[in-house]
Amino acid sequence: MSKIKAENVNVYYGSKQALFDVSIDIAEKEVTALIGPSGCGKSTFLRCLNRMNDVIDICRVEGSIKMDNLELNSRKLDVVRLRENVGMVFQKPNPFPKTIYENVAYGPTIHGIAQSKEEMDQIVEISLKKAALWNEVKDRLDEIGTGLSGGQQQRLCIARAISVSPEVILMDEPCSALDPIATAQIEELIDDLKKEVTIVIVTHSMSQAARVSQKTGFFHLGKLIEFGPTDKIFKNPDNQQTQDYITGRFG
Amino acid sequence: MNSFKKNLLKKRYNAERRFQWYGKIAIGLALSFLAVFMFQIFSKGYSAFQKTWIVTEVHYDKELLLIDAESPSKDDLENADYYDVAYKAMTSLDPGLPEEEDRQLIQMVSYKYEAEVKDLLLKNPDYLGKIVPIKLTASDDVDQVHKGNYPRDIPEENRRVNDYQLQIYDMLNERGDILSEFNISFFTSPDSREAELAGIASSFMGTVFSILVCLAFSFPIAVLAAIYLEEFAPKNKFTDFIEVNINNLAAVPSIVFGLLGLGVLLAVFNLPRSTPLVGGITLSLMTLPTIIIAARASLKAVPPSIREAALAMGASNMQTTMHHTVPLSMPGTLSGTIIGLAQALGETAPLILIGMVAFVNTIPGTPVDPAASLPVQIYIWSESAERGFVEKVSACIMVLLAFLILMNLAAQIVRHKFEKKWS
Repeated sequence: MSKIKAENVNVYYGSKQALFDVSIDIAEKEVTALIGPSGCGKSTFLRCLNRMNDVIDICRVEGSIKMDNLELNSRKLDVVRLRENVGMVFQKPNPFPKTIYENVAYGPTIHGIAQSKEEMDQIVEISLKKAALWNEVKDRLDEIGTGLSGGQQQRLCIARAISVSPEVILMDEPCSALDPIATAQIEELIDDLKKEVTIVIVTHSMSQAARVSQKTGFFHLGKLIEFGPTDKIFKNPDNQQTQDYITGRFG
Repeated sequence: MNSFKKNLLKKRYNAERRFQWYGKIAIGLALSFLAVFMFQIFSKGYSAFQKTWIVTEVHYDKELLLIDAESPSKDDLENADYYDVAYKAMTSLDPGLPEEEDRQLIQMVSYKYEAEVKDLLLKNPDYLGKIVPIKLTASDDVDQVHKGNYPRDIPEENRRVNDYQLQIYDMLNERGDILSEFNISFFTSPDSREAELAGIASSFMGTVFSILVCLAFSFPIAVLAAIYLEEFAPKNKFTDFIEVNINNLAAVPSIVFGLLGLGVLLAVFNLPRSTPLVGGITLSLMTLPTIIIAARASLKAVPPSIREAALAMGASNMQTTMHHTVPLSMPGTLSGTIIGLAQALGETAPLILIGMVAFVNTIPGTPVDPAASLPVQIYIWSESAERGFVEKVSACIMVLLAFLILMNLAAQIVRHKFEKKWS
């Protein structure tokens, strides 16, 4: 089933066009990987899905992006509500310089999800457990989140993202700043999370895309060159450019 | 290695050595200027923290005090006539002196000596009818002689202390009746025309009130302006224009702000002249751009990743700013504020224009009482001819410097203690 349906999405930074007629169907409760060389527009596309491009003054998005028939690319859309449903994990771990507890509790607090302290404690515990971080931090929830190791910080950010039970989580190269062990932990986590959440992940690592995703989209120069089941993209792509990229002939 | 390469290498090392020497010389020069400056101030000013007293005896004679009552009340003591008693206390130092010459003795103590005689009795009513020792503030001339700041070998007609007074001084000094104690009154008395009585209490309080008023006006306005400009305002020609103007404002000479205070605050709004309220508002005009620039810089220094994190969690712009960006920028903003206030602290010109240069011999209790300020006090005293004020100027500079150092220290502490470390 399709969760997000993008049609003819064009993105401009001032007069420079960054995305050209991107159309893509993102399936529910699957992991969709977006790959491609640097500057190909995959992060730009990802940021259309939770309207993070709004932050950039000169950025203009055209086309239609529908999530469960809700038009995302509309002035009338309440971005605060959208972002409650579409969480995001960034390239560099960016926990708030507050305690671990406050990091996870922030989303539920501003969205009024927890009614009581007990409920909040529970949300924090469940989120940290889902992010496979609970056992490591349960005795030091009042320590500053930025004091954790890189991998732990990234899992804290994932816990923060899932604390508001979003339907979609966007991940923008979540492992690029992490070592192989932390990367493996995050990948395992992605595998667990997809039972409940739709995940879109931008990655530079093709092996990671192959490991974690069910569908893969290949971007090049702002165009979606090929999109399909991960197996097919990696074993038998239709397009010569895709073939060249995944075999490492360019990129 | 050929000789050309060797030469080149040698030149490179020599150039570096030379450069390091230039740097060391520059630092040495700067430090020696500072040392000379400090030495000047301390060597001239330290004696102002000592006060000279003349000890004599006073006879609280009921008849001379014109007290009739058997057991006089507080009011009786308050209203008694101390003129004769005080006069006798001084003239008793040299009973042989003819009456027409007695001014020479009276001149050796401050003109307030009668009040000092009165105060002692009011504090100790049982002294009535007794002969007790009393400390009287020495006149600034005797004070300077005692501190060795006054040359004794110039001809008598050019000296403010004549031979007879020196003789009395030497006699008292030999008896141990000239006391030198820590000058508390320098900190507790207001300004005075008499150097021996002048203190910094009024100007210190004036400075404190001015700085508080300045903080109360400039901090909220500057922080709100900075937050709006940095986090909410659209980036266009108009906001660029505002930014340029704020930067220009920081470079406007302070006397211009003084004129503005005079023309607008005093002339149009009729605020009370010579008060810390007007002084503080005028200073806040100066401090405003400094704080805005510091606050904007520290808002800019908050990593964008924190804003993105909050926005991606569904926080509104306002929540992102108030929950994350502003708290994280506060250490920088506060230390910028303190530095801005420290600048305002040393400002003289605008305060002179709005009338805070007036002679104030009361200690202000509120920001709407007339007051001076420390830098203006320095200016006022430096205009006075009496030798006693020379050391007071230096002492006042020392107090101002101590104030400044404390504030800069506070800025450093705020910056280091509360600044968050980024991962």
